[in-house]
Amino acid sequence: MASITIRDVKKSYAKSQVVHGVDLDIASGEFVVILGPSGCGKSTLLRMIAGLEDISGGTIAIDGTVVNKLEPRERGCAMVFQNYALYPHMSVAQNIGYSLKVAGVPAAERTQRIQAVARTLELEHLLDRKPMALSGGQRQRVAMGRAMIREPKVFLFDEPLSNLDAKLRVQMRSEIRKLHRRLNATSVFVTHDQVEAMTLADRLVVMNGGRVEQVGTPGEVYSRPASRFVATFVGAPAMNMLEGTVELDGLSLLGGSRRLAVQRAGLAVGTQVAVGIRPEAVRLVAPGTAGALDATVDLVEELGAGRVVYVDLDGASFSVMTSEAVHPEPGSTVGLRFSPDDLHFFSSETRTRLEVFKASVPEPAL
Amino acid sequence: MEKRVTFSSWTIGILFAVPQLLLIFTFFYWPAGQAVYWSLTLQQPWGGGNIWVGLDNFRSILSNADYWNSITASLVFAGISTGLAMFIALVLAALTDRQLAGSRFYRVVLIWPYGIAAPALAMAFRFILAPEAGFMAVVNQVWPGFWDPGLDGADAMASIIIAFSWKYVGYNFIFFLAAFQAIPRSLIEAAAMDGSGVMRRFRDIQFPLITPTIFFLLVINITESFQDSFGIVDIMTSGGPANATNLMVYKIYSDGFKGLDYSGAAAQSIILMLLIIVLTIFQFRFIERRVHYR
Repeated sequence: MASITIRDVKKSYAKSQVVHGVDLDIASGEFVVILGPSGCGKSTLLRMIAGLEDISGGTIAIDGTVVNKLEPRERGCAMVFQNYALYPHMSVAQNIGYSLKVAGVPAAERTQRIQAVARTLELEHLLDRKPMALSGGQRQRVAMGRAMIREPKVFLFDEPLSNLDAKLRVQMRSEIRKLHRRLNATSVFVTHDQVEAMTLADRLVVMNGGRVEQVGTPGEVYSRPASRFVATFVGAPAMNMLEGTVELDGLSLLGGSRRLAVQRAGLAVGTQVAVGIRPEAVRLVAPGTAGALDATVDLVEELGAGRVVYVDLDGASFSVMTSEAVHPEPGSTVGLRFSPDDLHFFSSETRTRLEVFKASVPEPAL
Repeated sequence: MEKRVTFSSWTIGILFAVPQLLLIFTFFYWPAGQAVYWSLTLQQPWGGGNIWVGLDNFRSILSNADYWNSITASLVFAGISTGLAMFIALVLAALTDRQLAGSRFYRVVLIWPYGIAAPALAMAFRFILAPEAGFMAVVNQVWPGFWDPGLDGADAMASIIIAFSWKYVGYNFIFFLAAFQAIPRSLIEAAAMDGSGVMRRFRDIQFPLITPTIFFLLVINITESFQDSFGIVDIMTSGGPANATNLMVYKIYSDGFKGLDYSGAAAQSIILMLLIIVLTIFQFRFIERRVHYR
């Protein structure tokens, strides 16, 4: 078990900088998930912790020791790769035990420890097989076993579930979570899948364009996104965003066709903002209901447990998630109603969260 | 559903194969059959047909000490030049794979020797390795009499081995580099995370994974060292001194076209062909077992 301290870490290749000064503290035993779209630098950051990538600037310390110049094997990290990276010419037992063999652990002890790990992961009957003869889920388990057997201080996961089918992914997700609860080793998990991130993380790190956008528990990130990027990236379907302008007595939305009566709280008239509302925070009501916005239904997606209703709000696309037994017809008009407490405000200029507004119920324009 | 193009009738398939079959027949089976025929007959010096002699040609060749000397020389040449060409290429490819900057340049430069005709490169090495001028003259200046391929059989053998290896290092390098680069980067990284150092990774991961390539090159190099050595021997040593470099393929030529013993030469070429076949079968039987195919 070990803490990881990342201070102003940068990474640049010949022409471009891909990680711009990341600061992050990971406590001992914590399960941290780094979430971001592809190319946001999350894997690079993980590989810098592992020692597979040089650090261009800043420091990474594991348990208080700066590891910038240490070889991967001297850092005490184990890593699970996206494509599993199993040695194709070795059996499952040899794959799992390779690190012990390199470390010079005697054969008898090695066998014993391989057996113990195989038992945990239910791989005992596969120990003599070659990776080629395994299914995706089994390969994934072998890769986990290879990481576990070293009893590392830190577990690093580089999108380990993205090559699995949807059902296996859910299953492996809970297995990883259980495993972490039992081993309680510091874990850093990189993914672009927000459901994976939300379900696994003690703490979530959302990255975009080589910068950390927000660090917080999954609940915090969901309910109080720190930036417009986080707001639209976390949550599915994505948060609805409506452009607006600060006016004397409130906000004008969608080029003036709708209005929100809110307190300006010091913002200058004319400031551009974005108003966000999660699809699951919107309720469908009868058209013309007081305090509701009327919109035209475009498309209804049936999810079984609920429906996503895509509506057209004066030319802007808007989605509503409902679990009620309503089945609006495409082309019909519905009313959208939401609580002012569920609104999020972001500055159009800095794209960061604004806490200054207190919204009231929207009213249709006259 | 069958996605390949298939032909409904046999004749169309055969027609497509005919040009290739013709080539193989004209340039392999026919001459090989002729050689078998000649090897079992004696060609009369002034024409007038062949006299059937059965296996007499083989008996006379195999009871000749010169011929056994030629076989030994060929095996020594094949063993050392294959080992040298493959080892040097393997080291170069491993180093190139680790540091990829400029590898494209190496690749081009190292394939050139393979494109040079054997006699041309033999000519170049004849100058380079000449005892009285060039590089080896400097060595002879320090240790008088150290190097003289014109007099010392071992020096002559070393010369043709160097020339041949130089040509095949490039060829082998290309294949080795491709094999190294086909190993997923993450495997090497996983091994690094498992605590394996550079040399250990090479031994445990990279080397086993390129064994198919090593095996392929072994077969090719040994076969070629029996056949492609002719031009080098002819230009550099002409089989001398005292038959020290009279490799089987060269002896076929000199006995047949200089000694005008067509029948004996034909018998020798049959033996050479059998030797290569036996060696290849041996390699497939006993070495291929240790190859890891993915």
